[in-house]
Amino acid sequence: MKINNLGYLIKEGIRGIFLHGFMSFAAVCVTVACLLIVGTFSSLMYNLSIMVEDLNKTNEIMVYVDENLSDAEARSIGTYINRIENVQQATFVSREQALEDFVAEYGESNIFDGTDASYLRHRFSVTLVDNHLLEETTQAIRGISGVADISAAYELAEGFSTLQDVLQIASVVVVTVLLIVSLLIISNTVKLAMYDRRDEIAVMKMVGATNGFIRLPFVVEGFILGMLGAAVAFAAEWIMYDALVGRINAVDSLKLFSFVPFTQMMLPMVATFAAAGLFVGVVGSWTSIRKFMDV
Amino acid sequence: MIEFTNVTKSYSVGTHALRGVTMQIEDGEFAFLVGPSGSGKSTIIKLITGELKPTSGTVHVNGYSLERIRKREVPYLRRTVGVVFQDFRLIETKTVYDNVAFAMRAIGARTREIRERVPYILELVGLETKSRRHPTELSGGEQQRLAIARALVNNPSTIIADEPTGNLDPARSYEIMTLLQEINNLGTTMLVVTHERDLVERFSKRVIAINEGVVVHDGMDGYYRL
Ligand SMILES: Nc1ncnc2c1ncn2[C@@H]1O[C@H](COP(=O)(O)OP(=O)(O)OP(=O)(O)O)[C@@H](O)[C@H]1O
Ligand SMILES: [Mg+2]
Repeated sequence: MKINNLGYLIKEGIRGIFLHGFMSFAAVCVTVACLLIVGTFSSLMYNLSIMVEDLNKTNEIMVYVDENLSDAEARSIGTYINRIENVQQATFVSREQALEDFVAEYGESNIFDGTDASYLRHRFSVTLVDNHLLEETTQAIRGISGVADISAAYELAEGFSTLQDVLQIASVVVVTVLLIVSLLIISNTVKLAMYDRRDEIAVMKMVGATNGFIRLPFVVEGFILGMLGAAVAFAAEWIMYDALVGRINAVDSLKLFSFVPFTQMMLPMVATFAAAGLFVGVVGSWTSIRKFMDV
Repeated sequence: MIEFTNVTKSYSVGTHALRGVTMQIEDGEFAFLVGPSGSGKSTIIKLITGELKPTSGTVHVNGYSLERIRKREVPYLRRTVGVVFQDFRLIETKTVYDNVAFAMRAIGARTREIRERVPYILELVGLETKSRRHPTELSGGEQQRLAIARALVNNPSTIIADEPTGNLDPARSYEIMTLLQEINNLGTTMLVVTHERDLVERFSKRVIAINEGVVVHDGMDGYYRL
């Protein structure tokens, strides 16, 4: 392909967009709609998985130390707990500290009035690397001498793990399905646009244009449409996301949900949208034009 | 040069459009191809442009062997053969100028070449004052001139016209035929399919007559029997 044709190709591509304005508009709309759905879904998934992770972090195990041990002996157990593979962090909480925490938490009532710290045991607050291995890890901690008891929120931890698994599988499935659907719709839209221009293609074939040359303006057109769709979708996603998060934060005074700012997801989203737009535009037009080539 | 040797063409089992056609048209020649409806005229044209392959026999066009041409060679064959159809096949969204320029761009011509050649060709076919119109704003004869201009613009060595006067009144038909003759005088091989006996006799050129897929007459005097 001679380089002096580049200008022609781009001009033809852009001309095609305006010449078949309605089809182009439809193609861009479909791209935008699909990318918006994919984008919204992925950003929700991303936020949920971050929230689950945050919840997971607060999901700690309490390891109670034998009350007959001295303070120093009790503290030294932390070294052994930290040595267990799946333990992320074991933090010593003295019985005095524990009482203070309780009082602080339930300050309104006076159930702890007159309670002496000696009623409580020294303890470690332990967080895990992987909550799936909760049972194995508690077994291991139980094996350490000086550990009297363990309280772990088995059910809560398991619930979080399951939720995370489900979210992960669901997001992969939904995003895959949506991408396939949008590719099909766009390929079909481009096919219609091409059908619209079958006269031009027939003339080009008649005067001896090569198949590659006939295809290129359409591929350029598809590329521009895909990119346009990606850009519009990205801007809309940004506006939508900020509006949505703003509204939720306004209602959610208890701070049950925490959303990351859009800018934190911006780079991967730009990359994904651009790649999807490129793929959908170029692959869509390339496969559609094949049909018109056998003249 | 166009050379058919014992060419047969069957569309499907039973329909024998051509049953052994042998003919030769030299470079620079002007020939009419005549015959009743369904005799196989359009089939011959499609064999020349590589749209169809012969069932048996050989077809040679401007150095290409059509019975065994490769798919990616077909565009280069077509650059040597300009085709004019009865139904014009113009692009209605493009102006007269752009219809012609489009045919040049389609084979990768430079913008400068296009700017030089299109006005020359439009003048040749007598459309130089209508270059900004659209095909729908032209008369039938003018549309046919535009179709001829487009077939001509890439300077093919051969032009094939399938019923180029089918939709025109006798005066317009005569003008178009005269134009084709002028183009032939400039050196382009011309093969014209037509039904119009009057016209053929008036121009007294070579006539190849075909009936039921065989050549029944091939003579130089413009007269023919079917
Ligand atoms: N695509 C096709 N499939 C099957 N048969 C066909 C096809 N095209 C043409 N034929 C048959 O082949 C024969 C020759 O057709 P062709 O189109 O070459 O005739 P023609 O001489 O151009 O006729 P006309 O003057 O009406 O245009 C006819 O019997 C026609 O029915
Ligand atoms: Mg015919």
